[in-house]
Amino acid sequence: MRIARVLLSSQYAYMLEYRAEIALWTLSGVVPFIMLALWSQVDASGGGTGELGLNRLQLGRYFLSAFIVRQFTIAWVVWAFEEDALQGRLSHALLQPLHPLWRYLGAHLAEQATRLPFVALLVGLFFLLQPDTVWLPSLGQAFAALLAIWMAFTINFLLQSAIAILCFWSERANALERLLYIPYLFLSGLVAPLEVFPPAVRAAALWTPFPYMIAFPAQLLSGNPPSISGGFAAMALWIALLLPLVALLWKAGVRRYSAMGA
Amino acid sequence: MPIVCAERLSKTYRVAQKQPGLGGTLRHFFWRRSRLVEAVRDLSFSIEPGEMVGFLGANGAGKTTTLKMLSGLVYPSGGNLLVAGHSPQRRQASFLRSITLVMGQKQQLIWDLPPLDSFRVNAAVYGLDDTEAKRRINELAEMLELGEELTRPVRKLSLGERMKAELLAALLHRPSLLFLDEPTLGLDVNAQARVRTFLADYNRRHGATVLLTSHYMADITALCPRVLLIHQGGLFYDGSLEALTQRLSPCRLVRLELKTPLPASAFSSYGQVEAIDGREVKLLIARDQLTGAVARLLGDLEVLDLEVADPPIEDVIGQLFQKGVVQ
Repeated sequence: MRIARVLLSSQYAYMLEYRAEIALWTLSGVVPFIMLALWSQVDASGGGTGELGLNRLQLGRYFLSAFIVRQFTIAWVVWAFEEDALQGRLSHALLQPLHPLWRYLGAHLAEQATRLPFVALLVGLFFLLQPDTVWLPSLGQAFAALLAIWMAFTINFLLQSAIAILCFWSERANALERLLYIPYLFLSGLVAPLEVFPPAVRAAALWTPFPYMIAFPAQLLSGNPPSISGGFAAMALWIALLLPLVALLWKAGVRRYSAMGA
Repeated sequence: MPIVCAERLSKTYRVAQKQPGLGGTLRHFFWRRSRLVEAVRDLSFSIEPGEMVGFLGANGAGKTTTLKMLSGLVYPSGGNLLVAGHSPQRRQASFLRSITLVMGQKQQLIWDLPPLDSFRVNAAVYGLDDTEAKRRINELAEMLELGEELTRPVRKLSLGERMKAELLAALLHRPSLLFLDEPTLGLDVNAQARVRTFLADYNRRHGATVLLTSHYMADITALCPRVLLIHQGGLFYDGSLEALTQRLSPCRLVRLELKTPLPASAFSSYGQVEAIDGREVKLLIARDQLTGAVARLLGDLEVLDLEVADPPIEDVIGQLFQKGVVQ
């Protein structure tokens, strides 16, 4: 616990040194708002009849929720890990009796804490511009959404960690991460709610981890969830699959570490 | 019982090969070629607890790779290795708590925060409570002559201050085995001297074992009674620095100050003339002829001052590596 507390506080102090950068990163995550404008136009051209499966209000709440979920599930392990491995900084972390991935986890959580006020500001601004979308989730709904966001972050963090560990083999793992970005963008529900996808695509997407990274927590938060138990079960399954995968990859990969640049 | 025991240690890397230019780049893109580089081969040595050992060798001789294997960063390709009773590559927590690796050109301190923040993290990672951590930080800071620098962001520190803070971070958990790779690299003469004094002091206080690589021979001569010289990945010499100098340089350097200048030809019967600068002459004289030659010099010439020394170890080692192949 003490390690967690100290890691978080030092990483938080570090992130605060870069608060302007984090504010810009937060601003750069407004894709859901752009998509909201786009889908609202599509809905309006259809007479606002909710042909997309969601009415205008639901669309607004969904994309606002997607924005919030995205802000607290972003993972950048691949980038940080690859740079640390190539520059030799990973060596210091490997020489301490603490798994290096804990440091990255601490950095992510600290960054999320730094993002919090900027996200709150943007949410406030959104409500100011669209006052009819204001809603307050129930306590149970908020708790479930928080849990889903945390699990979504865990899936994203583990998935990225698995790719990051491939640095031990390829040295350019972020290229692989790029490959995953496209399915993430479209299947996660970031650019469109899953309801607008053809049923076959939606069914296929549900076999991937992507809808659980944005869509499911966003649906929970916006009060329009599909199967809650099914969603949580799928998330738990993905975490249960990814955890041992990361452990196995780490064990095999670290043998190949050549401490280059160090 | 040795604290470090390496038997026939070897490490082979696969290294990509690329020719320069556009053609080379295109060929490299379609047909990757690589070759195996034997960074360390059949290296055997042992170190007793509390020893301070210098690790010498030219660039690429395999010093850093060996240190990385000893500290568990890199898996050996072959041989046996036992460090502080552990197989380093398993990186067990008890092993990691007993060692440290300081790399002069790499830093572990968080760049934008004061060193104290990094020390807090290290203290937590190594399970030191706040009181003990504070006590150790104060003790090491005093030994390293660090004060208000510890509250300044690392990026605002000078190279020397940063290196001292790095040392503090690396030694906070009080390791009994120190692997130091160029710990004085880039430091000015005064900072180098302070780091040397600190390391000697740390070794004395805590009985720590130190294995040190440095291109600054002053580090080795000041700290290491024993040196390991590796060449092309293999062990070339293991013993005292003095004996190494004798082995590599069969001559001693005799500096003379004469009453009047003389031509070089006047010294040919005493030894090899190294340099002549007016009344000052430097001669290289074979060790077994030294006594006789000095007696004759004093008898034959008007000598105001005479000094006998070993040639600088840098020159001796430098000549050795320049020759390429060690005899």
